[in-house]
Order: sequence, then C-alpha cells, then structure tokens
Amino acid sequence: MMTFITLIARNRLAAFGGVMLLLIVLLVLITPWLPLADPNITETANRLMPPLSDGHPLGTDALGRDILSRLLWGTRISLAVGVAASLVAALIGSMIGIVAGYFGGRTDNTLMRGIDMLMAFPYILLALAIVAVLGPGLMNALYAIAIVNIPFFARNIRGVTVGIAHREFIDAARLSGKGNLRILASEILPNVLPVIVITMSTTVGWMILETAGLSFLGLGAQPPQADLGSMLGEGRKMMLNAPHVATVPGLMIFLVVMSINLLGDGIRDALDPRLKSGALSRPAPFTRIRRRHKPLPDPTNDDALLSVENLQTDFEVGHDTYQAVNGVSFAIQPNECLGLVGESGSGKSVTALSLLGLVASPPGVITDGRVALAGRDLLDLPHGDIRRLRGRDVSYVFQDPLATLHPLFRVGDQLVEAIRQHQPMSRADARTRAVSLLGQVRIPNPAHRAEQYPHELSGGMRQRVGIAMALANDPQLIIADEPTTALDVTVQAQILALIQNLRREKGTAVLFITHDFGVVSQICDRVAVMYAGRIVEIGPTKTILETPRHPYTRRLIDCVPRLGEPDNEPVAIPGLPPAADALPEGCAFAERCDLAEDACRQGNIELIATDTDRQVRCIKPLGIPTPSPQGVTR
Amino acid sequence: MFRYALRRLLLTVPVLLGLSLIVFLIMSLIPGDPAQAILGSYATPENLERLRADLGLDLPLPQQYLVWLGNILQGDLGRSYALNRPVLDEVLERFGATLLLAGSSLVICILIGVAAGIVSAVRQYGWSDRVITLLVLIGISVPAFWLGMLMIMAFSVGLRWFPASGMTAAYGGGGLLDILNHLVLPAIALAVVAAGVIARLTRSNMLEVLRQDYIRTARAKGLGEGRVVMRHAFKVALVNLIPVIGVQAGFVIGGAVYIETVFQWPGIGRMLVNAISTRDLMLVQGGVLVVAASYVLFNLLADLLQHWLDPRIQA
Repeated sequence: MMTFITLIARNRLAAFGGVMLLLIVLLVLITPWLPLADPNITETANRLMPPLSDGHPLGTDALGRDILSRLLWGTRISLAVGVAASLVAALIGSMIGIVAGYFGGRTDNTLMRGIDMLMAFPYILLALAIVAVLGPGLMNALYAIAIVNIPFFARNIRGVTVGIAHREFIDAARLSGKGNLRILASEILPNVLPVIVITMSTTVGWMILETAGLSFLGLGAQPPQADLGSMLGEGRKMMLNAPHVATVPGLMIFLVVMSINLLGDGIRDALDPRLKSGALSRPAPFTRIRRRHKPLPDPTNDDALLSVENLQTDFEVGHDTYQAVNGVSFAIQPNECLGLVGESGSGKSVTALSLLGLVASPPGVITDGRVALAGRDLLDLPHGDIRRLRGRDVSYVFQDPLATLHPLFRVGDQLVEAIRQHQPMSRADARTRAVSLLGQVRIPNPAHRAEQYPHELSGGMRQRVGIAMALANDPQLIIADEPTTALDVTVQAQILALIQNLRREKGTAVLFITHDFGVVSQICDRVAVMYAGRIVEIGPTKTILETPRHPYTRRLIDCVPRLGEPDNEPVAIPGLPPAADALPEGCAFAERCDLAEDACRQGNIELIATDTDRQVRCIKPLGIPTPSPQGVTR
Repeated sequence: MFRYALRRLLLTVPVLLGLSLIVFLIMSLIPGDPAQAILGSYATPENLERLRADLGLDLPLPQQYLVWLGNILQGDLGRSYALNRPVLDEVLERFGATLLLAGSSLVICILIGVAAGIVSAVRQYGWSDRVITLLVLIGISVPAFWLGMLMIMAFSVGLRWFPASGMTAAYGGGGLLDILNHLVLPAIALAVVAAGVIARLTRSNMLEVLRQDYIRTARAKGLGEGRVVMRHAFKVALVNLIPVIGVQAGFVIGGAVYIETVFQWPGIGRMLVNAISTRDLMLVQGGVLVVAASYVLFNLLADLLQHWLDPRIQA
C-alpha cells in the first residue's frame, strides 16, 4: 500500500514535470506573437531597471533591453540548441552502436575502442577542446556538446543491439535473403528505438545545461544573439548591483532542466517493471507482527524446546494478501530432528524464517499464532531480545551458501563475527575457535581455509562453513533450510552425515526443511508434510514412509527414485499447487488428488489424529478401513 | 594484487597514447595556418616560415605526431605565445589550484552523497527519504555556475562570511586558513551536482544490496542493524559505487571550468577559457592533455581500489 502511494506520488512528480515543460515549450513557441518588446532594442535611459518596473515585468539589463522578452527568446534558443544537439548525438551515437553491435568482431572492437577513448576525457574538457578548434559560436557549441554525448548513445545502443543481433528472428530475416541494411532498418532499429528515446530523455537536460554553460563562458552564443547561458554570463558582470539580471535566466535553466529530469525519471520508473511490484523495497530487520489475538500456550507442549501454534504469515503486496503460512502448528523436543517437507511454494521456508522474524517485511506480516522457545513467546519479545536469540540459541543454515555468505569477507572473519557477537572474547581467541569450528565440520586445513573468501571454496566447503557458523555459539536449535539442495549427491550425503554426527555429539535439535523425502528418511525422527501453507500430515518418519495417510504424502514419497528398483519409477505430481492469494475451500490438494470427492471441497478440514502419534488433514485417510468420522457424509 | 596492478598499469599506456592522438588530431584540424594564427596577420613571411619549421609544420602529419609526442615525453609541451612562457610551467602552476578545488569538492560530494544515500535507503519512503530525494532532484538540475553566483550573493555579499573570489587575499594572505576560507564556497558549489548523483546511486545500490541473502544471514547471526547496514551492506555498495565516483570525478574536473570562472579561481579551467578566447592553442592543447591524463590515472587508482576491496574481480 505504502509503495503504491509512493508510486502515485512519483508519477505525480513526473506529471508535474511534464506539465511544466509543456508550458515552457508552448510559451516559447508563441513568443513571436506575444506583445513583447524587441529583445535587442537598447535603451540606455532605462538601464538596469528592477523587476516589476513599468513596461518591463522582469526589469531591464545593462543596455536597457527588456529581460522578459530576452528570457523567452533565449529559452527558445537554448531549448532548440539542446534538443538539436541531443538529436545529433542520438543519430550518430545510435548508428555507431547499432553497427558495432550488429556486425560485432573487429568492427565492434575498433568502434568501441574509439568510444572508450572519447570517454577517457573528462566530459566538458573535450567540449572545450572542440570549441577551441572550431572557434566560439552557438553552432560550434552545439557540435561540441553533441560529440561529447555520442559515447552514451553508442554504448547503450550497442548493448541492446548485441542482445538482439543473435535472436531467431534476425537469423530468419538473414536466411530469407534480406541484406544487412534492410535487416538493420526493418528488424533492429524498431527494437532499439525505445532505448534511444530513454537515453535521449535522460541526456537532453544535461545537454541544455552544458550548452548554456559554454555560452556562459562566452564560447557559445555571441552577441547580439543570446541564449540563457550568455544572458547569465552578462549578468555575472553586474551580479552585485543588479542581481536580477543573472538570477532570472539561471532560474529558467533550472526550471527547464528540472522539469526534463522529472519527466525522464517518471518515464524510466514507468518502464522499470521491478519498481512496480514494490520489489525494491528494503526488508526491515524484523518481520512485522500484527496478531489478531494472542493464543494461549498449549499445555501439551510444555516440555517442548520449540512449539509453534497456529502460525500465520501473509505477504501483502499492494491490495493483495498471499497466505504463505496458514495456521501451522508443530513442536520440537530437545535433540529431536523434525523434517518439514513440501514442494517449493508450500510455505516451509517462510515458516522457518517466521520463527525469528526473518521474513522480509515488507511484504511479510505475521498475523496470528504463537512461537514459544522453551516456554517464551518469541512473537511477544522486544526486538533486542530476539536479536540476542538469533545465532545464539537458534541458528540458521541456508540453502545456497554462495548467496548467503558475505562475498567480501574472509570466511574466518565471518565466523569470528558470529562468535564475538554473542560471546565476549578477544579477536585472537575467537579466531582460534573459528578455526576449530572449521575443523569440526571436517574442513581440511582449516587455518588456511579461514583466510579464504567464499568464492574460493567449493559448494560443499561453503555449506560446511555455513554449518560451522550455525554451530558457533552452541545453539539449542538449528534451522536448516534446504541445506543440501544446491549440492551434488555425494556432497549431499557427506553434509547429511555431518549434521547427524553433530546432533549426536552436541545434542542439538534440528528443524530440517527439504522437498526430498529421500533426505528425510536419512536424518529426521519425525516429519511434517506441508501443502499450500498448512501441515497436511505429521508423525514419525518411519511410519509415515511405510504407511502414508495423506494422498499428497504418498505422491511425494513416490517422487523419490529408489536404487535397485527399476520398476519403481518416480512419478511426478500432475498440476500445480493453488495460488496463495486464492486458496480453495476444503482441501487445497483436492484439485490434484485422484481420490477427491465433493466432500473434499467443502468447509474447513481439520488435522485429525489417526494413530496415537500421527495426525492427518484428510477426510479419507489412506489405509484406514472405513472412514467413520462424523461430518464426512453430512 | 601486484600482478593485477602491473597489468592494469600497462593497459593504461595505449589509452594515454590514444588520448594524445585525439588531442593532436583535434589541434591539427584547425582550419588555416597555425603559424599565421599565432603570429597574427601582420607577420612577415620569414617569421612565418621560421615558426612553421619551429613547430614542425612542414613535416607530414604522422611524423609531426611522433615529433610532438617525443617532445611531450621529454616534458616539452611547447610555448604559450600569449604568456611567453613554457606551457608546462603555466599548466603545472594552474593545475595545483584546480587539484585543490576539485579534490576538496570530490571529498565533499562523496561524504555528503554517500551519507545522504544511506539515510535515504535505510529510511526508505520515510520523511527523510522524501526530503533527500527532493534535494537530490534540485542538486542535479541546478546549473553549477548559477548556484555559484547565488552563493556569492548570499554568503559573500549578504552575510559576508566568505570571500567572493580568488584563492588568496590580495594583501597579506596566502596562509592555509586564508586559502581554506577562499575554498569553501567554490568547493561546495562544485560538489552539489556530483553529490546529487552519488546520493541517488548510493540509495539504489544500498536498496539492492539490503535485499540480498547474505544480509539475511548477517541478521540471522544476531548482528545489530547498524553493523548490518554499515559493514555488511555498505561494503558491497561501496565496491559498486567506485566506478560511479570515477565518472563523477570527471564531471567535477569539468565543472571546475565554470566554478573557476565564477569565483576567479586561478586554476586550469579558467586558464583554458582564457586561452581559447586569445586563441593560445598550445596552451589549450597542453592543458587538455595534462588534465585528461591525470583523469585517466585517477580512474586507474579507482580501479585498483575496487580490485583491492573486491577479491572476486579477476584480472
């Protein structure tokens, strides 16, 4: 919502710029027909009259000329010269860019080396050198400014052309016998035109400013001709006794350039799709919590290390609400490993991140539920307390260690930072501990590895570093969010064995998130299956694997290929999970379930106990003789 | 690192050669006879002939370039006929003043631009973000030469806080404090545009970085938000900003031409403008060459700094 308002405000600014620019352009277009004094008539009797004088609304300059009239005529010239320079630069620069990008190879190399050379000069200096050669004058200033802007167009257009030049439709045109020139004109040009327009809209303001600058230095418009820059230059000489002579044309340049910039920004924003979705908004350090009510603690979870009750996390994008986590409850005992399984988008990662408020916010909001760590409701704690829990009592291992380790710090330093954040320790002691942690996760030659950057390590090594970081402060609970997904199979097995060993040695509890039942069977004591933001089945790993109760669980288990059983081919689940902003009534899996019947699509289906230690969210659980529960046939 | 630096240094040589070639070609494009232009229309044929031989104008163009380049490498940039002194002496003297002005300006615009950009990103859509965005918009749209004049009117003429022109007081000045006093207004006026651009790009860079996974990792470690923003996020943003700062340095050096004119600062920009008006082309050529070459070296330094900060960049 907030981003939506800002987008409108931004568009409003762009509209404001557009209207202002339109007014100025209209004004200078009709200038010849306005009842104005001749801009070049000198009247020494009326020198330097202040603004609001009789007959001269903006006063007169040192030669008694009417400033309002000169201002409008000057703006006319400045705008014309700026736009002309921009057209010349666009024409030549785009031609160079298109030719370089389309032909590539040596042509590209030669042209772009030349462009690089031009860009090696400080911008205005090159313009000065060109004016020095051509001599002062308005047209020469125009050429100079156009030339120094050619590189911007050449570079931008070349980049786009290179992207297009190898696409299928260009090859098709070539095969159909079209000549290069025709392809350039009929296929390439229409596709790069938007980029040319955008580059123009972002540079034309600059060009107006720079031509005015050259005139200001006396190198552009020569008397009696005057643009805004040369008016400003003349005004400078009487800055002290008649400040209005310089202030007025400067203000005009400012207004022109600002309105162009506003409009240009608006255009660019409107064309940048990333900004529309609000994706560029900054995630806050803690997920926003807006609980409808505070649930009372569930007494059956008293001895649990972590208990999650009815957790709900929404994503609010514009006016839409996506229910990523929709009433999830589970508990983890000390030293237990609970698997959280589901397809991507089932809400398992969001569940894990919600526990310590790490869901990006905006757009994430926790709207209901309770997360208790050893009896304390984390959703009630002040941010400072949550921060002290992060990495000390509960730590995370994330999926892709290349993206989740900081690229610019040595891995040893990242470990030292994690240790010293929670344990008062000298840098040297922390360093020793960091190296020993790297050794604990079986990294060979740990002292040497600590000095390396993440990009210098292999994927498996990086994930070991990620695990070492999670172990840094001997946490009670490690939340591992698909820690093996980005790794190849042999490395995956090593990492799983490592987690298993550490759990045995340190007695740490683990919440293990994965989409792979094969991994679950190796490491988890119990497993919770998630679908569309809810848990559909929960129970001991062994029994669930042997006798899945929910059709979805069975489908997920069937996805795992089994070694030595060639007949047992993995079966993909047909269809897609429902959209999180339009969850259906009844069972969310009904659409993809071949056992679904009408009753599955009605009302709210509760999680029911089928065995002493198992629960399932299904009205016709598999392997249960006759579904006798009430409410099924009603 | 050392190997990279050496490689990068060697790569700079062709760029410098290309620069010199462009400057040489531009200057040899001047219509008419340079000797005539230098000596004026009343020069005797003998004098013209002698000057042409002096300048090597009777040689073919490629040979002229080599002779000219050879002279430059020996520190001979020719002679300013208007000032009647070696170009190198004049250029070096003026270049010091420009370096002082542009350098302080660059420091100001980096400090202000980066700070404003970070605040703006961290307080995204808050009131401070809005105020900064507005100031940035004004900053990048305002003509620096006009802003300089407004500042003189306000702070020199009106409030009498700072002197309006020159680098030192006319009498009894020249101390460090005196120069600083003269430096304040022009350095700020010159910094405004670049500060705006840097603030804008810092903001978008920080917003981009703050969404990355390793920032979430830093938070999951329990780090305070100040450390997350200033250490983890800013370091990456800074690496991305260094090339931007390199480009902005070019704009600051260029903008010095206007600001030196407005504030009568005895730098190379004002020298160039005067030299162009008096058609003292040797001086223009020497000035442009020295400034452009030092800009190339500045960008080399920026490049090395970026490489040093970001171990991922390979030579």
